[in-house]
Amino acid sequence: MSTRQFGEPVQRNADPALLKGEGAFIDDISLPGALHAAFVRSEHARARIRSIDISAAESLPDVVAVYTADTIGALDVELPMLIPHPCITSGGKTQRPLARDDVFYAGQCIAMVVAVDRYTAEDACSVVEVAYEPLPVELDLEKAIADGAPPVHDDIPNNVAAHFVQESGDADAAFAAAEHTTTVRVRLERSTAAPMECRAVAARWDGVSGELTVWDSTQATISVRGGLASLFDIDEDRIRVIAPNVGGGFGQKIMMFHPDEILVPFAAMQLDRPVKYIEDRVENFIGASQERAQIHEISLAAKKDGTVLGLRDSFIHDTGAFIPYGIAIAQVASTSIAGPYRIPDIWVEMTLVYTPCVQVTPYRGCGRPQACFAIERALDRLADELGIDRTEIRRRNFIGPGEFPYEREGLLFADGLAVNYDSGEYEKALDLITETVDLAGFRKEQEAARAEGRYLGFGIGFYVEGTGLGPYEGGHVKVHPITGKVYVTTGLTSQGQGHETVFAQIAADQVGCDVRDVIFVEGDTQAHEWGVATFASRAAVVSGNAIHKAAVKARARIIAAAANMLETGEDSIELRDGRAWIVDGNRSVSLAEIATASNPLRYAFNEASQTATQFAPASTHDGPPLAEGQAPGIEETDYFSPSHATWAYGVHAAIVEFFPDTCGMEIKRYLCIHDCGNMINPMIVEGQVMGGIGQGIGGAFYERCAFDGNGTPLAANFMDFLMPYATEVPDAEILHMETPSPLNPLGIKGVGEAGTIPVSQVVASAMEDAFAPLGIAPVRESPMSPDMIHGLLAEAQSRR
Amino acid sequence: MAKTVLKKPIPAASSDPKVPVTLTVNGETVTREASPRMLLSDFIRHELGLTGTHVGCEHGVCGCCTVTIDGRAGRSCLAFAVQADGAEIRTIEGVADEDGTLHPIQQAMMECHGLQCGYCTPGFVMSMLSYLEETPEPDLSEKAIREVLSGNLCRCTGYANIVKAFRRSVELMNAAAD
Repeated sequence: MSTRQFGEPVQRNADPALLKGEGAFIDDISLPGALHAAFVRSEHARARIRSIDISAAESLPDVVAVYTADTIGALDVELPMLIPHPCITSGGKTQRPLARDDVFYAGQCIAMVVAVDRYTAEDACSVVEVAYEPLPVELDLEKAIADGAPPVHDDIPNNVAAHFVQESGDADAAFAAAEHTTTVRVRLERSTAAPMECRAVAARWDGVSGELTVWDSTQATISVRGGLASLFDIDEDRIRVIAPNVGGGFGQKIMMFHPDEILVPFAAMQLDRPVKYIEDRVENFIGASQERAQIHEISLAAKKDGTVLGLRDSFIHDTGAFIPYGIAIAQVASTSIAGPYRIPDIWVEMTLVYTPCVQVTPYRGCGRPQACFAIERALDRLADELGIDRTEIRRRNFIGPGEFPYEREGLLFADGLAVNYDSGEYEKALDLITETVDLAGFRKEQEAARAEGRYLGFGIGFYVEGTGLGPYEGGHVKVHPITGKVYVTTGLTSQGQGHETVFAQIAADQVGCDVRDVIFVEGDTQAHEWGVATFASRAAVVSGNAIHKAAVKARARIIAAAANMLETGEDSIELRDGRAWIVDGNRSVSLAEIATASNPLRYAFNEASQTATQFAPASTHDGPPLAEGQAPGIEETDYFSPSHATWAYGVHAAIVEFFPDTCGMEIKRYLCIHDCGNMINPMIVEGQVMGGIGQGIGGAFYERCAFDGNGTPLAANFMDFLMPYATEVPDAEILHMETPSPLNPLGIKGVGEAGTIPVSQVVASAMEDAFAPLGIAPVRESPMSPDMIHGLLAEAQSRR
Repeated sequence: MAKTVLKKPIPAASSDPKVPVTLTVNGETVTREASPRMLLSDFIRHELGLTGTHVGCEHGVCGCCTVTIDGRAGRSCLAFAVQADGAEIRTIEGVADEDGTLHPIQQAMMECHGLQCGYCTPGFVMSMLSYLEETPEPDLSEKAIREVLSGNLCRCTGYANIVKAFRRSVELMNAAAD
């Protein structure tokens, strides 16, 4: 038998090209004659536009066109409401490609210049004169929903974009029965994905064939195609959307449409020339989606022994000036709020608020980091109040391994289906991390350090993650008759997750070929046109299983054809090394020969194909060359549509030193126990988890999308938004558990977002532990910062 | 919507004044006309077609655009092309062997899974290459390696595997030198 590739740390097929600079990111694609777009963006968060004067820009010699809302024809509409929900006020606000009359956030596009190069296009932007009448703004989420607050949208008083309550069980009864209750208020600020490649789009229109090709650094090519077909009223077969190499997405590139994704194809069609727009870093900070800002007030009803009976959480979610992605993030937060804990009675209320800032759509974690911060902070508090160890209180509340499936009846997840945890070994994970960290040993070290005036703290955070949501994805597997290579496609896109390798592993296991002989194509609507997108840690689960199912069918066809060719029974065939062998024999046929022989030919191109022509001896049979109901070649397609999300989980812990003098921190040790079911490729899983931890550390202590009181972004470059370097992110000790999911044939769960989720909780928990002797107030905000530490220490001192 | 009828023809190129820029890139001496305000990164990418050098911030912070300029690692987004007139530039395209065999640093990055999306990767490789070529006996402590890598941002990996790749590069380079 061939060695099974599933589960092996196979090196990535994508790497050699990327390492040699041969990747094809959008701005690397040469489009001869291409024009370049740049945008005039609002300088104000909220203002009426009195006038826009484009005459000076138009008169510049190298400027080809300047567009405003008045000159984009049918595109001057509110963009699609992607995920409608009945609780959204008045159906929800979405933005127009170019502002008409009003601007709603600093950075909003007002005009688009198209010129012969980017330099000239930016020159022209700088001479477009926009006269504004600034309007009052309120950025504080709680003040924004108070009576009399300045509205973001004139027809939405109190700025409430949506309001929704979900309940499971009877929280009132739980609180009535409680022996102890605790309430905690936590606040999280905005952050952003900041992929290393900013967003980008290029388009080419072929007026003769009526075909539009769009290269978009999107996570959702098929969905973008659907949207473009709808907005431009062009048949879908005339539009090809390609996401080539994409330099990170982290959810920001699932949002469609950022205005450029429509306006660039529009300009290409109008001007009959290719057009490119390459977002720059400042634009990514001011014009691309952000996330994270929420304020939770969470209460736990408990028994004296720490058993949590019920939970109430009321939270406010900042959706920005528009709500194109519906309530998805808040819904994920609301349904993740009870974490891995049994907590039978839950009441959770969400209020989504319009703010005069760029729209909020999912960023890696998508509401889970906020929910985790709220429940875990509350649980730490409850433990402290009841005098129970912080790890012990978690142990007492875990859903046990025998309690799955564990449904939270009444809570609907982001896929519109009930929250139903499928499998897990939560207590085992906690045991593993506390043993690995040697908590007793650390306490001695901590004590010794305190004697020297040093402050070390231990922090811990547990999380669950609903992954692998529907609706569905497809897998297509074909054996190339000439080369024998295995061609696999799906409807996803990749932003560096190694799809080309893990999906090749899955296919190779079935057809018995080398992983390197799998040609994998995604991110191209012409290669695969049914499917959804890459988001919500769903790619491996949904496409992985679809490809598996298609490959199982392809395997059956290969075996049937090979048995016929080798004149033996199907039971006597094994597939390995790109060939079908007679078991225990030395006769074999190659995949190329099998694929060729399965395709009746008129013309022979090579020696192998001569055997498949009409007059070849092998073709002697009754009836037509292709029997009724039979398809030519070795080619299969199948789909996987999960019954509901599969729930991964994990626990992180850290030992962190905090410095009272500089108010900085150094993570001495970072541990992660993670369970995403069966791992396709542990090397890639670890890469995903470690990357998430790095991003989580940035979000916990360094990065902050700050705004001034007027709504002007204060951190719109990497000098103000402090993405961590290698000097800030420690190597994490990552240990895996593999509890298979019963919900899909491969037993896998998603992993993409996992690493980011609990990091803020871990750092906050460690900070409280470290400074316990100084009596600091509880840590209730993320991101934390040196400023915050300084404030906590000063406040504690003032009380002493 | 009807197609736009342009009031004036589309120029073939920008009317910016141009000056000749001659430099040696990956061993080849080339001359191109460039606007004095053209960034070296844009010159390398769009005039010379060497698109492996990426642009991540145009502020000199992220390190994606790192190339070697006269042997030292430098940010190509912080220099104008005209400033590099006469310089010797090495880009990611000039790192692997002619036959495509990966350089030890590239090999190490692949073995250690030191890249995910690959956008920042050429910058990291160029930073490591410049450092390791001028440092015969590099300090391989965790702190020292991270210091060397601290001119480049990566959003995907959390850096741990890039640190491992740095150590592995040194092993592979030493083995190749033996």
